[in-house]
Amino acid sequence: MAQQIRLEVVTPSGAVVNEDVDIVNAPGYGGDFGVLANHAPFLSTIKVGILSYQQGKDRDNLMISGGFCEVSNNKITFLVESAEFGRQIDVDRAMKAKERAEQRLAKATQHDDTLNRTRAEAALQRALARMKASKLN
Amino acid sequence: MPSLQDVKSKIVGVKKTAQITKAMNMVASSKLRGAQAKMESFRPYTSKFNEAMSNLSGGSNNGAFPLMDVRPVKNVELVVVTSDRGLCGSFNSNILKMVEKKIREYEAEGKTVSLVCVGKKGNSFLRKTGKVRKAYTDIMSSFQMFHAREIAQDVAENFINQNTDLVEVVYGRFKSVAIQRPELQSMLPIKPIEGDEVAAPKSSGEYIYEPSTEEIMEVLQPLYLNVTIYHAMLEVGASEQAARMTAMDNATSACRDIISNLTLVYNKARQAAVTGELMDIVGGAEALKG
Repeated sequence: MAQQIRLEVVTPSGAVVNEDVDIVNAPGYGGDFGVLANHAPFLSTIKVGILSYQQGKDRDNLMISGGFCEVSNNKITFLVESAEFGRQIDVDRAMKAKERAEQRLAKATQHDDTLNRTRAEAALQRALARMKASKLN
Repeated sequence: MPSLQDVKSKIVGVKKTAQITKAMNMVASSKLRGAQAKMESFRPYTSKFNEAMSNLSGGSNNGAFPLMDVRPVKNVELVVVTSDRGLCGSFNSNILKMVEKKIREYEAEGKTVSLVCVGKKGNSFLRKTGKVRKAYTDIMSSFQMFHAREIAQDVAENFINQNTDLVEVVYGRFKSVAIQRPELQSMLPIKPIEGDEVAAPKSSGEYIYEPSTEEIMEVLQPLYLNVTIYHAMLEVGASEQAARMTAMDNATSACRDIISNLTLVYNKARQAAVTGELMDIVGGAEALKG
Protein backbone atom coordinates (compact mmCIF):
# COMPACT_ATOMS: atom_id res chain seq x y z
CA MET A 1 0.00 0.00 0.00
CA ALA A 2 1.15 3.45 -0.84
CA GLN A 3 2.14 5.78 1.93
CA GLN A 4 -0.51 8.07 3.26
CA ILE A 5 -0.63 11.56 4.66
CA ARG A 6 -2.79 12.73 7.54
CA LEU A 7 -5.35 15.33 6.50
CA GLU A 8 -6.91 17.69 9.01
CA VAL A 9 -9.48 20.34 8.17
CA VAL A 10 -10.24 22.67 11.07
CA THR A 11 -12.85 25.44 11.14
CA PRO A 12 -13.86 27.74 14.00
CA SER A 13 -16.80 25.45 14.69
CA GLY A 14 -14.70 22.31 14.99
CA ALA A 15 -12.66 19.77 13.06
CA VAL A 16 -14.34 18.60 9.86
CA VAL A 17 -11.92 15.97 8.55
CA ASN A 18 -9.24 14.03 10.35
CA GLU A 19 -8.05 10.97 8.44
CA ASP A 20 -5.21 9.38 6.47
CA VAL A 21 -5.45 9.91 2.74
CA ASP A 22 -3.43 9.20 -0.41
CA ILE A 23 -3.52 12.60 -2.06
CA VAL A 24 -4.88 16.08 -1.35
CA ASN A 25 -5.66 18.72 -3.95
CA ALA A 26 -6.30 22.28 -2.83
CA PRO A 27 -6.72 25.80 -4.23
CA GLY A 28 -3.55 27.58 -3.14
CA TYR A 29 -2.52 31.16 -3.56
CA GLY A 30 -0.70 30.55 -6.82
CA GLY A 31 -3.11 27.98 -8.23
CA ASP A 32 -4.14 24.47 -7.32
CA PHE A 33 -1.58 22.19 -5.79
CA GLY A 34 -1.44 18.53 -4.84
CA VAL A 35 0.20 17.03 -1.77
CA LEU A 36 1.33 13.44 -1.38
CA ALA A 37 2.84 11.64 1.59
CA ASN A 38 6.15 12.97 2.94
CA HIS A 39 5.80 16.36 1.35
CA ALA A 40 8.36 18.98 2.39
CA PRO A 41 7.23 21.50 5.05
CA PHE A 42 5.03 23.98 3.28
CA LEU A 43 2.78 26.88 4.18
CA SER A 44 0.36 28.55 1.83
CA THR A 45 -2.72 30.74 1.89
CA ILE A 46 -5.90 29.19 0.56
CA LYS A 47 -8.48 30.68 -1.74
CA VAL A 48 -12.16 29.92 -1.89
CA GLY A 49 -12.58 26.70 -3.84
CA ILE A 50 -12.62 22.94 -3.82
CA LEU A 51 -10.46 20.77 -1.63
CA SER A 52 -10.49 17.18 -2.85
CA TYR A 53 -8.80 14.15 -1.42
CA GLN A 54 -8.54 10.53 -2.35
CA GLN A 55 -8.32 7.47 -0.19
CA GLY A 56 -8.00 4.27 -2.17
CA LYS A 57 -10.87 4.53 -4.62
CA ASP A 58 -12.93 6.91 -2.51
CA ARG A 59 -12.84 10.53 -3.48
CA ASP A 60 -14.34 13.36 -1.44
CA ASN A 61 -14.85 17.01 -2.20
CA LEU A 62 -15.10 19.88 0.22
CA MET A 63 -16.00 23.45 -0.46
CA ILE A 64 -13.66 25.60 1.60
CA SER A 65 -13.46 29.32 2.05
CA GLY A 66 -10.31 31.29 2.67
CA GLY A 67 -7.65 30.49 5.20
CA PHE A 68 -4.30 28.80 5.07
CA CYS A 69 -2.74 25.36 5.15
CA GLU A 70 0.38 23.92 6.65
CA VAL A 71 2.27 20.77 5.74
CA SER A 72 4.73 19.33 8.23
CA ASN A 73 5.69 15.90 9.59
CA ASN A 74 3.59 14.10 6.99
CA LYS A 75 0.51 15.98 8.10
CA ILE A 76 -1.48 18.56 6.19
CA THR A 77 -3.62 20.95 8.19
CA PHE A 78 -6.16 23.32 6.70
CA LEU A 79 -7.35 26.23 8.80
CA VAL A 80 -10.32 27.68 6.99
CA GLU A 81 -13.31 29.76 7.89
CA SER A 82 -15.79 27.19 6.65
CA ALA A 83 -15.78 23.77 5.04
CA GLU A 84 -18.70 21.81 3.64
CA PHE A 85 -18.84 18.39 2.03
CA GLY A 86 -20.03 18.48 -1.55
CA ARG A 87 -22.73 15.93 -0.81
CA GLN A 88 -24.17 18.10 1.95
CA ILE A 89 -24.53 21.22 -0.13
CA ASP A 90 -27.99 22.46 -1.00
CA VAL A 91 -27.71 23.14 -4.73
CA ASP A 92 -30.86 25.23 -4.98
CA ARG A 93 -29.68 27.47 -2.20
CA ALA A 94 -26.27 27.87 -3.79
CA MET A 95 -27.95 28.67 -7.11
CA LYS A 96 -30.10 31.36 -5.51
CA ALA A 97 -27.11 32.76 -3.67
CA LYS A 98 -25.25 32.92 -6.97
CA GLU A 99 -28.07 34.88 -8.59
CA ARG A 100 -28.28 37.27 -5.67
CA ALA A 101 -24.54 37.80 -5.72
CA GLU A 102 -24.59 38.49 -9.45
CA GLN A 103 -27.31 41.09 -9.02
CA ARG A 104 -25.44 42.74 -6.20
CA LEU A 105 -22.27 42.71 -8.21
CA ALA A 106 -23.97 44.37 -11.16
CA LYS A 107 -25.47 47.01 -8.90
CA ALA A 108 -22.20 47.72 -7.14
CA THR A 109 -20.33 47.98 -10.43
CA GLN A 110 -22.89 50.47 -11.68
CA HIS A 111 -22.55 52.66 -8.61
CA ASP A 112 -18.81 52.25 -8.49
CA ASP A 113 -19.07 50.98 -4.92
CA THR A 114 -15.78 49.21 -4.25
CA LEU A 115 -16.60 47.82 -0.82
CA ASN A 116 -19.88 46.23 -1.85
CA ARG A 117 -18.29 45.04 -5.03
CA THR A 118 -15.57 43.08 -3.28
CA ARG A 119 -18.18 41.65 -0.94
CA ALA A 120 -20.42 40.60 -3.79
CA GLU A 121 -17.47 39.10 -5.62
CA ALA A 122 -16.53 37.04 -2.56
CA ALA A 123 -20.13 35.85 -2.20
CA LEU A 124 -20.25 34.92 -5.87
CA GLN A 125 -17.04 32.94 -5.58
CA ARG A 126 -18.36 31.05 -2.60
CA ALA A 127 -21.61 30.23 -4.39
CA LEU A 128 -19.77 29.05 -7.49
CA ALA A 129 -17.43 26.88 -5.42
CA ARG A 130 -20.41 25.37 -3.63
CA MET A 131 -22.11 24.50 -6.89
CA LYS A 132 -18.94 23.02 -8.28
CA ALA A 133 -18.36 20.93 -5.16
CA SER A 134 -21.88 19.54 -5.24
CA LYS A 135 -21.56 18.61 -8.94
CA LEU A 136 -18.34 16.73 -8.37
CA ASN A 137 -20.02 14.18 -6.16
CA MET B 1 -49.54 42.85 62.42
CA PRO B 2 -50.22 42.16 58.71
CA SER B 3 -53.56 40.64 57.89
CA LEU B 4 -53.84 36.98 56.92
CA GLN B 5 -54.86 37.86 53.38
CA ASP B 6 -51.81 40.13 52.88
CA VAL B 7 -49.35 37.48 54.00
CA LYS B 8 -51.01 34.84 51.90
CA SER B 9 -50.85 36.88 48.70
CA LYS B 10 -47.24 37.72 49.41
CA ILE B 11 -46.37 34.04 49.76
CA VAL B 12 -48.09 33.28 46.46
CA GLY B 13 -46.13 36.09 44.80
CA VAL B 14 -42.77 34.92 46.10
CA LYS B 15 -43.56 31.37 45.04
CA LYS B 16 -44.17 32.57 41.51
CA THR B 17 -40.89 34.46 41.49
CA ALA B 18 -39.14 31.33 42.67
CA GLN B 19 -40.69 29.42 39.80
CA ILE B 20 -39.36 31.94 37.30
CA THR B 21 -35.84 32.02 38.74
CA LYS B 22 -35.80 28.23 38.81
CA ALA B 23 -36.79 28.12 35.16
CA MET B 24 -34.16 30.73 34.26
CA ASN B 25 -31.56 28.68 36.07
CA MET B 26 -32.43 25.64 34.01
CA VAL B 27 -32.46 27.57 30.76
CA ALA B 28 -29.07 29.08 31.59
CA SER B 29 -27.59 25.70 32.41
CA SER B 30 -28.69 24.21 29.10
CA LYS B 31 -27.42 27.28 27.24
CA LEU B 32 -24.15 27.02 29.10
CA ARG B 33 -23.71 23.52 27.72
CA GLY B 34 -24.13 24.90 24.21
CA ALA B 35 -21.74 27.78 24.82
CA GLN B 36 -19.14 25.47 26.30
CA ALA B 37 -19.40 23.12 23.34
CA LYS B 38 -18.89 26.08 21.01
CA MET B 39 -15.81 27.09 22.96
CA GLU B 40 -14.53 23.53 22.98
CA SER B 41 -14.86 23.20 19.20
CA PHE B 42 -13.00 26.44 18.62
CA ARG B 43 -10.00 25.28 20.64
CA PRO B 44 -8.32 23.13 17.94
CA TYR B 45 -8.54 26.06 15.56
CA THR B 46 -6.81 28.48 17.93
CA SER B 47 -4.10 26.04 18.92
CA LYS B 48 -3.26 25.24 15.29
CA PHE B 49 -3.46 28.89 14.43
CA ASN B 50 -1.05 29.96 17.14
CA GLU B 51 1.32 27.17 16.14
CA ALA B 52 1.45 28.40 12.57
CA MET B 53 1.75 32.02 13.67
CA SER B 54 4.74 31.27 15.85
CA ASN B 55 6.36 29.13 13.16
CA LEU B 56 6.05 32.07 10.83
CA SER B 57 7.06 35.00 12.93
CA GLY B 58 10.41 33.41 13.70
CA GLY B 59 11.99 34.21 10.37
CA SER B 60 10.28 37.36 9.24
CA ASN B 61 11.05 41.00 9.62
CA ASN B 62 8.43 42.23 12.07
CA GLY B 63 8.80 45.95 11.80
CA ALA B 64 7.39 46.09 8.30
CA PHE B 65 3.78 45.28 9.12
CA PRO B 66 1.33 48.09 9.85
CA LEU B 67 -0.45 45.95 12.44
CA MET B 68 2.80 45.44 14.37
CA ASP B 69 3.78 49.07 14.34
CA VAL B 70 4.80 50.11 17.85
CA ARG B 71 4.25 53.85 18.33
CA PRO B 72 4.42 56.12 21.36
CA VAL B 73 0.99 55.69 22.90
CA LYS B 74 -1.33 58.68 22.83
CA ASN B 75 -4.68 57.14 22.02
CA VAL B 76 -5.86 53.93 23.61
CA GLU B 77 -8.84 51.94 22.50
CA LEU B 78 -10.59 49.40 24.70
CA VAL B 79 -12.81 46.76 23.14
CA VAL B 80 -15.30 45.91 25.85
CA VAL B 81 -17.10 42.61 25.48
CA THR B 82 -20.14 42.16 27.75
CA SER B 83 -23.39 40.27 27.55
CA ASP B 84 -26.55 41.61 25.92
CA ARG B 85 -28.78 40.70 28.83
CA GLY B 86 -28.71 41.32 32.53
CA LEU B 87 -29.86 39.15 35.45
CA CYS B 88 -26.50 37.47 35.67
CA GLY B 89 -25.24 38.76 38.97
CA SER B 90 -22.20 41.00 39.03
CA PHE B 91 -20.72 39.57 35.82
CA ASN B 92 -21.11 42.66 33.66
CA SER B 93 -20.48 45.16 36.41
CA ASN B 94 -17.17 43.47 37.21
CA ILE B 95 -16.06 43.91 33.61
CA LEU B 96 -17.25 47.50 33.55
CA LYS B 97 -15.51 48.28 36.83
CA MET B 98 -12.28 47.11 35.28
CA VAL B 99 -12.91 49.27 32.24
CA GLU B 100 -13.53 52.33 34.40
CA LYS B 101 -10.36 51.68 36.33
CA LYS B 102 -8.39 51.36 33.11
CA ILE B 103 -9.87 54.57 31.72
CA ARG B 104 -8.85 56.43 34.89
CA GLU B 105 -5.34 54.99 34.72
CA TYR B 106 -4.82 55.91 31.09
CA GLU B 107 -6.25 59.37 31.52
CA ALA B 108 -4.01 59.98 34.48
CA GLU B 109 -1.12 59.28 32.12
CA GLY B 110 -2.48 61.89 29.73
CA LYS B 111 -3.76 59.44 27.12
CA THR B 112 -7.12 59.66 25.47
CA VAL B 113 -9.36 56.62 25.57
CA SER B 114 -11.98 55.50 23.10
CA LEU B 115 -14.26 52.52 23.48
CA VAL B 116 -15.76 49.88 21.25
CA CYS B 117 -18.62 48.09 22.96
CA VAL B 118 -19.66 44.58 22.06
CA GLY B 119 -22.84 43.62 23.87
CA LYS B 120 -25.70 45.79 25.00
CA LYS B 121 -24.90 45.99 28.71
CA GLY B 122 -21.50 47.56 28.19
CA ASN B 123 -22.87 50.09 25.76
CA SER B 124 -25.76 51.23 27.92
CA PHE B 125 -23.43 51.74 30.85
CA LEU B 126 -20.51 53.35 29.04
CA ARG B 127 -22.55 55.50 26.69
CA LYS B 128 -22.74 58.32 29.20
CA THR B 129 -18.95 58.65 29.27
CA GLY B 130 -19.17 59.87 25.68
CA LYS B 131 -16.15 57.80 24.69
CA VAL B 132 -17.94 55.04 22.81
CA ARG B 133 -16.75 55.11 19.23
CA LYS B 134 -18.75 52.17 18.04
CA ALA B 135 -21.20 49.73 19.57
CA TYR B 136 -22.25 46.28 18.44
CA THR B 137 -25.35 45.19 20.32
CA ASP B 138 -27.78 42.29 20.14
CA ILE B 139 -25.28 39.93 18.58
CA MET B 140 -24.21 37.95 21.63
CA SER B 141 -27.10 35.49 21.52
CA SER B 142 -26.02 33.89 18.24
CA PHE B 143 -22.77 35.24 16.92
CA GLN B 144 -20.63 33.84 14.16
CA MET B 145 -17.09 34.30 12.97
CA PHE B 146 -18.16 37.02 10.55
CA HIS B 147 -19.42 39.21 13.39
CA ALA B 148 -15.96 39.02 14.92
CA ARG B 149 -14.42 39.77 11.55
CA GLU B 150 -16.48 42.92 11.14
CA ILE B 151 -15.39 44.22 14.53
CA ALA B 152 -11.75 43.26 13.98
CA GLN B 153 -11.64 44.95 10.59
CA ASP B 154 -13.00 48.16 12.00
CA VAL B 155 -10.57 48.19 14.91
CA ALA B 156 -7.63 47.35 12.63
CA GLU B 157 -8.50 50.12 10.19
CA ASN B 158 -8.62 52.62 12.99
CA PHE B 159 -5.21 51.45 14.14
CA ILE B 160 -3.67 51.60 10.69
CA ASN B 161 -5.02 55.12 10.22
CA GLN B 162 -3.12 56.00 13.39
CA ASN B 163 -6.24 57.04 15.28
CA THR B 164 -5.27 54.59 17.99
CA ASP B 165 -1.83 53.45 19.09
CA LEU B 166 -2.82 50.67 21.46
CA VAL B 167 -5.84 48.40 21.50
CA GLU B 168 -6.85 46.15 24.36
CA VAL B 169 -9.76 43.79 24.84
CA VAL B 170 -11.61 43.55 28.14
CA TYR B 171 -13.87 40.53 28.56
CA GLY B 172 -15.13 38.07 31.13
CA ARG B 173 -13.00 34.98 31.17
CA PHE B 174 -14.64 31.66 31.85
CA LYS B 175 -12.52 29.96 34.49
CA SER B 176 -15.12 27.50 35.68
CA VAL B 177 -18.86 27.34 36.18
CA ALA B 178 -18.36 29.03 39.55
CA ILE B 179 -15.68 31.56 38.61
CA GLN B 180 -15.68 34.18 35.88
CA ARG B 181 -13.15 36.97 35.96
CA PRO B 182 -12.76 40.15 33.96
CA GLU B 183 -9.56 40.02 31.99
CA LEU B 184 -7.53 42.34 29.82
CA GLN B 185 -5.78 41.16 26.72
CA SER B 186 -3.66 43.29 24.45
CA MET B 187 -4.59 43.11 20.81
CA LEU B 188 -2.79 45.78 18.78
CA PRO B 189 0.01 46.28 17.95
CA ILE B 190 0.48 42.55 17.48
CA LYS B 191 3.43 41.43 19.53
CA PRO B 192 5.96 39.20 17.83
CA ILE B 193 5.91 35.78 19.47
CA GLU B 194 9.23 35.12 21.14
CA GLY B 195 11.38 32.35 19.75
CA ASP B 196 11.69 30.38 22.98
CA GLU B 197 7.93 30.14 23.40
CA VAL B 198 7.80 28.03 20.27
CA ALA B 199 8.45 24.31 20.38
CA ALA B 200 12.09 24.26 19.40
CA PRO B 201 12.46 21.17 17.15
CA LYS B 202 10.24 22.67 14.46
CA SER B 203 12.62 25.13 12.99
CA SER B 204 10.81 27.52 10.70
CA GLY B 205 13.65 27.88 8.26
CA GLU B 206 12.89 24.81 6.18
CA TYR B 207 9.36 25.77 5.26
CA ILE B 208 8.38 26.51 1.72
CA TYR B 209 6.17 29.57 1.74
CA GLU B 210 3.67 30.38 -0.92
CA PRO B 211 3.48 33.34 -1.44
CA SER B 212 6.26 34.96 0.60
CA THR B 213 6.28 35.01 4.41
CA GLU B 214 5.45 38.70 4.32
CA GLU B 215 2.37 38.16 2.23
CA ILE B 216 1.24 35.24 4.34
CA MET B 217 1.68 37.39 7.44
CA GLU B 218 -0.48 40.03 5.87
CA VAL B 219 -3.26 37.47 5.57
CA LEU B 220 -2.70 35.90 8.96
CA GLN B 221 -2.54 39.04 11.04
CA PRO B 222 -6.12 40.18 10.38
CA LEU B 223 -7.16 36.58 10.99
CA TYR B 224 -5.35 36.72 14.30
CA LEU B 225 -7.47 39.72 15.29
CA ASN B 226 -10.64 37.87 14.29
CA VAL B 227 -9.57 34.95 16.41
CA THR B 228 -8.85 37.23 19.39
CA ILE B 229 -12.27 38.90 19.22
CA TYR B 230 -14.13 35.68 18.53
CA HIS B 231 -12.39 34.04 21.44
CA ALA B 232 -13.38 36.88 23.78
CA MET B 233 -16.97 36.62 22.59
CA LEU B 234 -17.04 32.89 23.19
CA GLU B 235 -15.67 33.33 26.69
CA VAL B 236 -18.23 35.99 27.50
CA GLY B 237 -21.01 33.82 26.06
CA ALA B 238 -20.15 30.94 28.36
CA SER B 239 -19.39 33.15 31.37
CA GLU B 240 -22.70 34.95 31.04
CA GLN B 241 -24.69 31.73 31.23
CA ALA B 242 -22.60 30.41 34.11
CA ALA B 243 -23.00 33.69 36.01
CA ARG B 244 -26.74 33.66 35.37
CA MET B 245 -26.98 30.09 36.62
CA THR B 246 -25.31 31.03 39.91
CA ALA B 247 -27.35 34.22 40.27
CA MET B 248 -30.62 32.43 39.64
CA ASP B 249 -29.69 29.64 42.00
CA ASN B 250 -29.07 32.21 44.73
CA ALA B 251 -32.33 33.94 43.90
CA THR B 252 -34.25 30.68 44.15
CA SER B 253 -32.81 29.83 47.55
CA ALA B 254 -33.47 33.39 48.73
CA CYS B 255 -37.08 32.91 47.65
CA ARG B 256 -37.28 29.71 49.68
CA ASP B 257 -36.00 31.53 52.78
CA ILE B 258 -38.56 34.28 52.35
CA ILE B 259 -41.35 31.77 51.87
CA SER B 260 -40.48 29.87 55.04
CA ASN B 261 -40.31 33.13 57.02
CA LEU B 262 -43.61 34.32 55.62
CA THR B 263 -45.24 30.97 56.31
CA LEU B 264 -44.18 31.31 59.92
CA VAL B 265 -45.73 34.77 60.09
CA TYR B 266 -48.85 33.46 58.41
CA ASN B 267 -49.26 30.57 60.83
CA LYS B 268 -48.71 32.81 63.83
CA ALA B 269 -51.33 35.25 62.58
CA ARG B 270 -53.76 32.43 61.89
CA GLN B 271 -53.25 30.96 65.35
CA ALA B 272 -53.68 34.37 66.94
CA ALA B 273 -56.95 34.81 65.05
CA VAL B 274 -58.22 31.35 66.15
CA THR B 275 -57.25 32.03 69.75
CA GLY B 276 -58.96 35.41 69.61
CA GLU B 277 -62.17 33.87 68.32
CA LEU B 278 -62.12 31.14 70.98
CA MET B 279 -61.63 33.74 73.68
CA ASP B 280 -64.64 35.59 72.34
CA ILE B 281 -66.83 32.48 72.40
CA VAL B 282 -65.66 31.41 75.85
CA GLY B 283 -66.09 34.95 77.11
CA GLY B 284 -69.66 35.06 75.72
CA ALA B 285 -70.57 31.70 77.27
CA GLU B 286 -69.21 32.79 80.61
CA ALA B 287 -71.27 35.93 80.42
CA LEU B 288 -74.49 33.98 79.68
CA LYS B 289 -73.87 31.67 82.64
CA GLY B 290 -73.50 34.69 84.85
